[in-house]
Amino acid sequence: MSGRFALRRFVDRAVRGACLLATVLALLPLVSVLAFVVVRGAGGLSLTFLTGLPKPVGEPGGGMAHAIVGSLQIVGLACLIGIPAGVLAGIHLAEYGATRFGRFVRFSADVLSGVPSIAVGLFVYALVVARAQRFSAYAGALALAILMLPTITRSTEELLRLVPESLREAALGLGVPAWRATLRVMLRTALPGVATGVMLAVARAMGESAPLLFTSFNNRAWAESPNEPTASLPVNIYTYATSPYADWHQQAWAAALVLVGLVLCLSVAARLLVRRRPE
Amino acid sequence: MTERANVVRLRSAVAESGDELAGGSRSRWEKPDAGPVKMRTLGLHAFYGETEVLKGIDLPIVDRQVTAVIGPSGCGKSTFVRSLNRMHEVVPGARITGQVLLDEQDIYARGVDPVRVRRRVGMLFQKPNPFPTLSIRDNVLAGVLLNGIDVSDREGLVEKALRQAALWDEVKDVLDRSGTSLSGGQQQRLCMARALALEPEVLLMDEPCSALDPIATARVEELIHGLRESYAIVVVTHNMQQAARVANLTAFFYMGELVEYDRTDVVFTRPKERRTEDYITGRFG
Repeated sequence: MSGRFALRRFVDRAVRGACLLATVLALLPLVSVLAFVVVRGAGGLSLTFLTGLPKPVGEPGGGMAHAIVGSLQIVGLACLIGIPAGVLAGIHLAEYGATRFGRFVRFSADVLSGVPSIAVGLFVYALVVARAQRFSAYAGALALAILMLPTITRSTEELLRLVPESLREAALGLGVPAWRATLRVMLRTALPGVATGVMLAVARAMGESAPLLFTSFNNRAWAESPNEPTASLPVNIYTYATSPYADWHQQAWAAALVLVGLVLCLSVAARLLVRRRPE
Repeated sequence: MTERANVVRLRSAVAESGDELAGGSRSRWEKPDAGPVKMRTLGLHAFYGETEVLKGIDLPIVDRQVTAVIGPSGCGKSTFVRSLNRMHEVVPGARITGQVLLDEQDIYARGVDPVRVRRRVGMLFQKPNPFPTLSIRDNVLAGVLLNGIDVSDREGLVEKALRQAALWDEVKDVLDRSGTSLSGGQQQRLCMARALALEPEVLLMDEPCSALDPIATARVEELIHGLRESYAIVVVTHNMQQAARVANLTAFFYMGELVEYDRTDVVFTRPKERRTEDYITGRFG
């Protein structure tokens, strides 16, 4: 008997050890990427970098204020399109999705989430940029919104399904109209999870460079309006990192650090915003 | 259509004059000495898709009395109470024929808003279901807040409803905590307070104690006793002792039919129907 017990204990320890090792392996890339970006990028961070514009090619110094603002602008516009559309589509799928149409939408969303982002960029280029004959923040925002849509739709649906149906009954039993029960009870209860799904989509959109290459393009100066080519951090990181200048490489690292910092701040802010619930 | 309305008028007139309890085929019962009728179902049939769950129920709900609905699982008792505040139709494929009168008005008549019916006929569910995102205070106020009803004295309303639900003393210092932080029995009384805050006229309870332990059950039963003075109450229960303890009137349902309706003591001691006797003596169910 004791022999079997010893074997069990050994297996227990071995499997626990394997789990721990796997966790460390999974965390390793995350930690090293963050550390790398901080170490390489911190040196390039300065007030000028955060508030200034690029200097003419060849001159050292300058900043990326226009790209920071541009990124926020494009992602902000993308959120205005993508979040309402995605959340409403998710509500539709959760509440009335048991139809042929519902299954079709669900399938389309899953396919869309697998479409390479550069293909989405090309699609928006053909649809908007080629016709309007100009790159713009609007076009970039549309491309990012399309990329955000499936994530937001599916996560909203899944999280709404987790809310117990008894809460809807409670609300209806109090004489609350069905639409308000859906929005103020079901969606409200699922909100922290929905916000997490939205943040994942926003974070992904924030870091995309491929769909912006042919849509919002780039700009060495401030864009006068969202209807003009607009600089963004990912596209600038790409441009600067592939340039031959050491000074630009440094700036690309700094831009990467700012990008990571922005995504982090947005996530924390979103979480604080939706956490308002009693202890 | 007019013929039907005439029948209804006739029936309610008969009931008011006190000659018969529910008219028609149900006249063979003695009239329980009960008081004014608050609600009444007439030829109520309920369906889930093609399945007929209620097969023509005529039953009065007497004001300021507790009516227990008993019967074996699947006999339609839950469907029956859910049809009294139009919660039956919430389930996809569910429908109703017949009439349910509330103060002699058919709640299924064309143009009647189910939302208004549900504010007059409150409901307590089998499992306590306080809103997890709301505090205890806001749970009590949920009906008011979610419906956008203007209330001048919110704190007063909270205290009144919680006192009515016999929960005030236990929660008055923790009103800001989550409704789900309470014990199961407290949660059920919180749900009761939430229903009472809308000042309904009728209270429906669908097995309100089936998820509670004996002590919490006793408290909810005491509460039902106290509330009887102000409301018409319908309690669905599969627990016959509970029916005997809390209800003045008892209706026995079997296979979607109303088998017997009378004073509780009569149903439990001198049932007229063989099936009732078999059920309460535990021969089936």
